[in-house]
Amino acid sequence: MPGEIRRDEVRRLVDRGAQLVEVLPSPEYEEDHLPGAIHLPLRQIETRAVEVLDRERAVIVYCWDTA
Amino acid sequence: MYDYVDGKLDWMAAGLPTEGTNAKLPRAGSTAHKDVPTCGLKDRLGEVRERVRAQGWDSVVVVNEERVVLGLLRSAELDKDADLVIERAMRPGPSTFRPYVSLHDMAHFMVEHKLENAPITTSDGRLVGLLLQKDVVAAMKEAK
Repeated sequence: MPGEIRRDEVRRLVDRGAQLVEVLPSPEYEEDHLPGAIHLPLRQIETRAVEVLDRERAVIVYCWDTA
Repeated sequence: MYDYVDGKLDWMAAGLPTEGTNAKLPRAGSTAHKDVPTCGLKDRLGEVRERVRAQGWDSVVVVNEERVVLGLLRSAELDKDADLVIERAMRPGPSTFRPYVSLHDMAHFMVEHKLENAPITTSDGRLVGLLLQKDVVAAMKEAK
């Protein structure tokens, strides 16, 4: 179960090299995403995470909001 | 692994930068005037009016110590009795908008509701700036 974090912690972790991952579908990612965020739609996480993400760095996933 | 539970909406509501096709479009937060004058609930209207108009403004946003928006005074409110306390003169709880709202959407809303200006705030109500209808309309014309 991933640890829940808030905005300030996100910024702190990113400054320390964490990877941001947006799990929303393509159009939403293309329109707006957090700076440097990698696009990995939810249905592709299991199949593509290993090839896309750096195992040595923390990973922060996000979508639109808490809904 | 971490989960940023409040997500992209929270990030954008805080006025933080994004990347993508929409990131290049003009939004409320980037066009709002960050230097809008502010005052407190207990200030005296006459003193606020004098200061605000000396700065060339005809509106002032009422905020608390944490810059959370509490009210708004436009020209009609500023013209009230000078001895009034701001809390008695202001329009409490004005409609506010997030920094990420497009100028296109703001233009429609402000014209439809005849708003000469609108406070732009973060999701926790802190003032980002004051968006002027004339700036929004000018930006829309330029975009065409």
